[in-house]
Parts: sequence; C-alpha cells; structure tokens
Amino acid sequence: MASSPFAPVAPPALTLERASDGRPAVKLTGTWSLRSMQPVAQSLRQQLAAHARQTRDAHWDLSGVTRMDHAGAMMLWQAWGRQRAANVNLRAEHEGLFEHLQAAPMQEPPAEKFHWLTPGLALTRPLMVLGRHIIEVVVLLGRVSLAFLQCLAHPSRMPWKEISANVYRTGAQALGITALVGFLIGVVLSYLSAQQLKAYGAGIFIVNLLGIAVIRELGPVLAAILVAGRSGSAMTAQIGVMRVTDEIDAMAVMGIPYTVRLVLPRIIALAISLPLIVLWTNAIALFGGMVAAHYKLDISIGYFISALPEAVPVANLWLGLSKSIVFGILIALLACHFGLRIEPNTESLGIGTTNSVVAAITIVILVDAIFAVLFSDVGVP
Amino acid sequence: MSGNEHDDCVIDVRNVWTQFGTHVVHRDLNLCVRQGEVMSLVGGSGSGKSTLLREILGLEQPTRGEIRVLGVSLQHGVAEEIQALRNRWGMLFQEGAMFSALSVFENVALPLREMKTLDEDLIHDLVMLKLKMVDIEPRHASKMPSSLSGGMVKRVALARALSLEPELLFLDEPTAGLDPERSESFCKLIAYLKRELELTVVMVTHDLDTIVSISDRVAVLADQKIAALGTVAEVAQHPHPFIVEYFQGERGRRALTGLTA
Repeated sequence: MASSPFAPVAPPALTLERASDGRPAVKLTGTWSLRSMQPVAQSLRQQLAAHARQTRDAHWDLSGVTRMDHAGAMMLWQAWGRQRAANVNLRAEHEGLFEHLQAAPMQEPPAEKFHWLTPGLALTRPLMVLGRHIIEVVVLLGRVSLAFLQCLAHPSRMPWKEISANVYRTGAQALGITALVGFLIGVVLSYLSAQQLKAYGAGIFIVNLLGIAVIRELGPVLAAILVAGRSGSAMTAQIGVMRVTDEIDAMAVMGIPYTVRLVLPRIIALAISLPLIVLWTNAIALFGGMVAAHYKLDISIGYFISALPEAVPVANLWLGLSKSIVFGILIALLACHFGLRIEPNTESLGIGTTNSVVAAITIVILVDAIFAVLFSDVGVP
Repeated sequence: MSGNEHDDCVIDVRNVWTQFGTHVVHRDLNLCVRQGEVMSLVGGSGSGKSTLLREILGLEQPTRGEIRVLGVSLQHGVAEEIQALRNRWGMLFQEGAMFSALSVFENVALPLREMKTLDEDLIHDLVMLKLKMVDIEPRHASKMPSSLSGGMVKRVALARALSLEPELLFLDEPTAGLDPERSESFCKLIAYLKRELELTVVMVTHDLDTIVSISDRVAVLADQKIAALGTVAEVAQHPHPFIVEYFQGERGRRALTGLTA
C-alpha cells in the first residue's frame, strides 16, 4: 500500500553499519523519491559513490525505505555501476523499479559522424542557402507573374477583396507612423543643413537640398523601411501561421492556388500602397523641413512652396515613385517567400519573420543603390 | 483520521461555480477523486469538462468555490505550496504541447533540469528510462517533435508528464487522433504505468472504449453539475437522458458488451 499523499515525507538518509557476519552494511531509510532527494541530491550522490567504492561486498539494506521512485532507484543503480549490487535486501514493492532499470538499455543516441567534408561544407553552406533562396524567390516571382497574367485574362478571378483589404492594412493603417517619422526627419534634416548653409549665406538653397533629398531618396527609402518592418513582418507571420496550421494545404486541396489568393494580392496591394505612402511621407517630411526652415532661416512657408517646383525637377518625383513601386513588390515578395518557408515550430516562425524583415530592408537599400547609379543623370538640374 | 468525508480525497472540488458572463458552466459542483483510482470525466461538448480540468490544474479560477489538490487549496493556499504542488502532478495535453524548439530528449529532460540539483548523468538515465517506459526507442531521442507521428508525440508527451515522478496524472483526450490499435495500446500503457507508479489518474475523454478499458469510476458532467458518478456499469444504468443516449446508443452498447463479457 502506498503511503498517504498527505503525510510529510521523511528525508532520504543512509548509514554505514556492520552486519552480523562482520561485513559492512549500508542501511537506507526515509523516502527516496525525486522530490525528497532534490535538496540533497549532490551530497547523497557523493555518499553513495563513496560507500559503493569502499565496500565492494557491502550488504545493502533497503528495507527501511518507505517510498521509492525511479529517480531514487536510478541513483542507487548508478552508484552500483549500472548493475545490481550483490547483496541487496529490499521491499517487495520496490522490486519492480529495479526490474525496469535492468531491462532499460541506456545506450546513447548515435552521435553524428564526422565527415572530412564537414568543415568545407560549413564554409559553403551560407552560399548555398543564399543560392537556394534566390532560386526560390525567382520561382515564386514566376508563378505569381503567371497567376497575374491569368487574372488579367479573366478579371473575375482577380482577388479584388484581398487586394483592397491589404491596401487598407499596409497603406491606410501606416499613415500615422510614417507621418511621425517623416516629420521628424524633415525637421532634423532642415535644422542641421540650415546651420551649414547659413555659414555660407546660402540659406535659400535649403529648398533645393531638402526637395531633392526627400523626394528623390529619403522619402521612398524611409517609407520602404518602415513598411518592411511593419507590413512585411506581418505578412510573413500570417502566411507562416497558415503554413503551421495546414491552411495552405487546405487551400491547395480545394483547388485554390495560394499564389493567386495569398501572394498576388499582397504584392499588388503593396505596389499600390507604397507609392501612396511615399507621397504622404514626402509631403509631411517637406512640411517638417519648411517649419524648421521658417524658424531657423526665416524662409516663409509660402516662398518654400513656390520655389520648390523650380528647385526640384519633376523627374525626381517620378523616379522616387517608380522606385517605391519596385520596393513594394520586393518587400511583399520576400515576405511571402519567407512566410511560405516556415516550418511547423515556434522557432522557425521567429527566425522566418526576422529574416524576412532583414532581407527586405537589405534588398531595398541594394536596389536603391542600383537606381542611384542607373539614373544618376536623371532629374538633376 | 477524522470522520470528515473529504479526508481521503486526493482531488476535492467543493461547491464550484464557473460563470462566463451570464453563461453558467458549473453550478455548485462537487467531486472527489480518491487516491489510486482512474477517474474519467465524461460529458457533451461544452459541458465544461475541459474547464473543470483546467480549474483543477490551476490554469483557470472558478467564480466561486474551492478546489483542493493533495490537501492544498488552489484558492486559499500559500503560493509556495501551490508551486510545490506543480511538481507532484503531470499533465498530458490533447495535442501533446511539446516544446517544438527542443528535441524529444530535451523535452523530457526539461522539468528535471528545472530542479537544478540533479546532475546530467542522472537526468540522462532517467530520461532514457521514461522514454523506454512509453516505448520510444533511443534512436528517436534526438529527433524534433515536428518529425514524429501523432502517436509518438502523445507517448513522448506522456513521458514528459511522468518525468517528475508525479502522484497525479491528468489526461486530456488521451486517445483522440490515434488509430484504434494505437489507442488500445495507449490505454494499456496508461493502465500499466498507473499500476507501476501508483498514480491517481484523471482523464477527460469522449472515447467509450478508453473509458471502459481503464477507468475505475466515471463522472458524468451534465446540467452544470456531476449528473452521475460511479463505476462504468453503475453509471450506464443511470436514467439521465444524456447518459442514456451516450451509453445506450449503438456505440455505447458495443463498448459495454466488452464489460459484461
């Protein structure tokens, strides 16, 4: 009969005595369970090991043990060198515990074998991973393009609702944060340049400087980075969770291609909403710059606005907006790519989301550099 | 022992009310689980079986009433006592709830490592022993949970629930999602472990075969309280409409024939 679950547990203890035949006897008493041993596990282990070493032919008396579980039995078992000691006297109800131990194979899970290629593989693996990513993104882009062409041929198949929902989510809901960041950047930029320009008496050129910098470069890149962090991560997580819960497989079984229903609307939506966000960010950043210039350089807002078209050729605006369309497509494409790669475990979801945002921001800056080189003579007065 | 009727209850649910807004799930519910028995909680969908189980585990609080587990009150007990209680029970979640970022071995070793005083050698042998007890071969120990089959996930989750040598084992739908053969062997496994480890088992299940094969007593949750309580044979005779439908339906009769034979 098991002891009462409410009774206080006697701590495990062991004493060394002499048995009647003169041989040493180790006498164990108390409760030898995981919980009762927890506070004294280290010292118990040392004591047991010492006794087992010193007295090889010792008599082990376990009849005083009131309760024992696998952890207690295992501790003795290990002290005996993973075998049953020669002379053991234990209660009948504890016999089963040791039978388990006898039967249980304690073999190690096989270790990974070392291969002479391993160090080489470790070096080339990142390159191979990158290569695989590029191939997969290109394949995804191809499938989405085909889906897009099909949808163009049959406009009724176009996922209008999803596109509209995504435009709202990635565009309208991002207005606040982009306005705040845009305004502050505008103020900072204007404020710092004003100090430098003032030194040369060239305060009036603040219009050119701010206009070109914001419309051509800062607006699109800033908005793209914010949207990559905000909407890109959300897209990856959404698609990733759908992957984890088998929703994507469920769609495939119903004959709904996920490229049409999940990837295409996100790409189209971001290609529409990012240029709009960029326009908005530009406007707010310029407004912030105007306000700072007004206080720092006494340039009135009215003058700033009237001088802007003169100072900044309109080609810069088109360049900025077309860049942002490309950024939008890339961010959504990468977000979906990383989302679709997620495996059904929590760690993969975290890594996938991080990778998606990092990759999207990197690619945005990379493509921006390409644009800068290709169009270096466009829109410069 | 005094003459108090609650004295031999390992789990003692007293006058528990559970309300979600105006929806009453449990109305003045009482239940006593004795030491060493397998108690099955049965009831229709939405009858509050899982809620009751979660309340016994302290994952949710009842609106009113008290639940005592191993003599510790989950409502009025000292925080340290309740914390110590959590090392004395094990729970098998329906989907296994394996930590997906850890391997099979690490999943089972985690509660042991949390004790902080056991050395790695002992933990290793204990984990391999537990895995052996639930029939998981050592070569699966380094696998990740996502690469295991549903039946294996359940068995590993059971090994994890047993890793702290619990006195109480809770099972939520232990055989759901297993094929009949697997669920049969899973029932045998639980019965065997219960006998070997002197466990008290509380189980929520829909599966009549599971109930018939391993439970000592059955508690039927209906009409916001325990509508019937007793051995399977006793409960099956109860006139409550839910029980009649459940046990006297075709499936019920089929499962019960095994009992009388």
